[in-house]
Amino acid sequence: MRDPGRDVCGGAFAFPVLGDPAPGAPAPGGRAFLRSRGSGGAEKFLIGIVLVWFAVLVLFPLGAMVRGVIDAGFAESLRSLASPIAQHAFWLTLGITVISVVVNTFFGVILALVLARQKFAGKLLLNGVVDLPFSLSPVVAGFMFIILFGPNGWLGKWFEAGGIRVIFALPGMILATIFVTVPFVTREVVPVLQESGTEQEDAARTLGANGWQTFWRITIPSIRWGLGYGVCLTAARALGEFGAVLIVSGSVIGRTQTATSYIHQEFVDFHYAGAYAASLVLAVASFLMLVAMELMRKRVADRME
Amino acid sequence: MTPLGSILGFGTETLDMGIIVRNVSKRFPGEKGKGEGLLAVDNASFEVPRGHLVALLGPSGSGKSTILRIIAGLEAPDSGEVMMGGKLVSGRPVHQRGVGFVFQHYALFKHATVERNISFGLEVRKWPRREIMQRVDELLELIQLKGYEDRYPSQLSGGQRQRVALARALAPRPSVLLLDEPFGALDAKVRRNLAVQLRALHKEVHTTTVFVTHDQEEAIEIADEIVVINRGRVEQVGTAAEVYDRPATKFVASFIGNVNVIEATVENGTLFIGPGRLPVGELVDTSRSGEVVALVRPEDIELVEDDATPGIECTLREIRYRGDRYEQELDLAGLAVHMVEDKTRGQTSGRRPGDRLRVRFTRYSLFEAESGHAALRRQLESLGYIE
Repeated sequence: MRDPGRDVCGGAFAFPVLGDPAPGAPAPGGRAFLRSRGSGGAEKFLIGIVLVWFAVLVLFPLGAMVRGVIDAGFAESLRSLASPIAQHAFWLTLGITVISVVVNTFFGVILALVLARQKFAGKLLLNGVVDLPFSLSPVVAGFMFIILFGPNGWLGKWFEAGGIRVIFALPGMILATIFVTVPFVTREVVPVLQESGTEQEDAARTLGANGWQTFWRITIPSIRWGLGYGVCLTAARALGEFGAVLIVSGSVIGRTQTATSYIHQEFVDFHYAGAYAASLVLAVASFLMLVAMELMRKRVADRME
Repeated sequence: MTPLGSILGFGTETLDMGIIVRNVSKRFPGEKGKGEGLLAVDNASFEVPRGHLVALLGPSGSGKSTILRIIAGLEAPDSGEVMMGGKLVSGRPVHQRGVGFVFQHYALFKHATVERNISFGLEVRKWPRREIMQRVDELLELIQLKGYEDRYPSQLSGGQRQRVALARALAPRPSVLLLDEPFGALDAKVRRNLAVQLRALHKEVHTTTVFVTHDQEEAIEIADEIVVINRGRVEQVGTAAEVYDRPATKFVASFIGNVNVIEATVENGTLFIGPGRLPVGELVDTSRSGEVVALVRPEDIELVEDDATPGIECTLREIRYRGDRYEQELDLAGLAVHMVEDKTRGQTSGRRPGDRLRVRFTRYSLFEAESGHAALRRQLESLGYIE
């Protein structure tokens, strides 16, 4: 069961878990809508709706995927996963994910610090632009990179002249993945920075810590859970990225094919065993990351405020 | 037993430093294009002699915390300078000033245990591990939190957090200790207790200490000197007795202690008060004349019993018993004036509202009535002093 109330990472959710508050305790403001212990029919009905909705959206598809692997046979599934093409696709995805996470963590923290702490002209604009990859279709994002880095693109020309291939090659795939995962770290870290304020950092400085020491010993530890959450989201998104990377990679089997495009390939080729197995691997990876995150969060919530 | 002074390491003369604040001003920018911002500190100057415990006293928003932060280097003044131990420190960054700072809300490191909070200043200074452990141990003993090493700040009470913040600030043996409303967030009892402890600690170690407070009783109780601040300006610097008995400005008189604000007129060296122009007596200080404001503390009004002594005729409106004293409201020709009388002093008990009395002022301060008596009267009316 999740801890009610406080969300260490995002700080955005403050809803008590149903049935958690003291019996009969009215919500502040008088009305106890959806807050009192769920003994009435209305509450049970609402809980029922949530469970059904959740099952249809999440549990059934997951079950179907597991079922698919079973139907295709474990041996066949494992064989597809062990194939050089699948192996290459997974390693490529892992590599791209690691690089994207590192880059976005680094710049994401800097960006968050700037957005949370600095005042400057154009801050509002920057604040909006950070969210652009959220709202922009990944396919459009990929297409932008083609225009920019393609052999005849503004920047592509220069790279081409220098003998560096960006589009239909690894650099373009990394760039596209970084682009679509830009907001996650920043968006998780900014509220944490704003909430923790600058007093602890001021205290560190009066105690003799220079800027570098203050950053590593105070700033980073106080944002670490938000940062961890942002990193997990970034990684999950990078692992699952399809559209933008598909456009810029060309999905060349054994060369620029990522795990998701491998799944797509297997699916359109009627190799369902491979598609199911690879999907399951990605799903399990995402699930494990979530579990890890929840465990960390719980431990911290128990110890700190 | 080790003397407290050597535990804290303040005994060393060279570590002790006086502070000089000279012509410091600081303006906070306003919202874009709106006004000229807030002049938080306005040409403030004062000195904190080496080893003294000084209070910066003023109402909230008076700029006292900003001055403290400027001394620490957490804010940069627009103009003016700060000196410590005879050296200019204005350009020196915070972490090189060697100040201990206790924040109003403690600013403890939430992610760190009590022990790591206290040892932080020593770790960044690269003290040897063994000495750090020893020092943390001493300080935990001093603040009586032995056994709390592994607690997190969220697991401590307000008073305990405050003590940890103090220990953390003291750990690197700062030359100057600065405290921003150190007891502001605590309830009255804990507050009083800790204030007395701070005084005791200072008596023992004599490090130069400046603390910010809006509580005049706290300032009077523990400070050697008080710097009274209002609207970013230093109104008066002096001992508690000086600012209380000889307030330099009207603000000081009315902010510290209770005071009766009385419209008065000086004519031919004689002071008349109230709308009824009651003669009070001849003035020693003849520098003022015309319309003035007299500030009289309730305890500086005395009953005149024998007919030979000149006194001011008045009527007793109300009398309240306060345990150790009687609080009385007098009617001086239409002016409500408060008088406090020690229980043991007068035959107060037999007095009834409506009785005619004669009183005299044993001490009062005269100030210019800036905008004339009419404005003052309106102000007093709104406060309920005049009906």
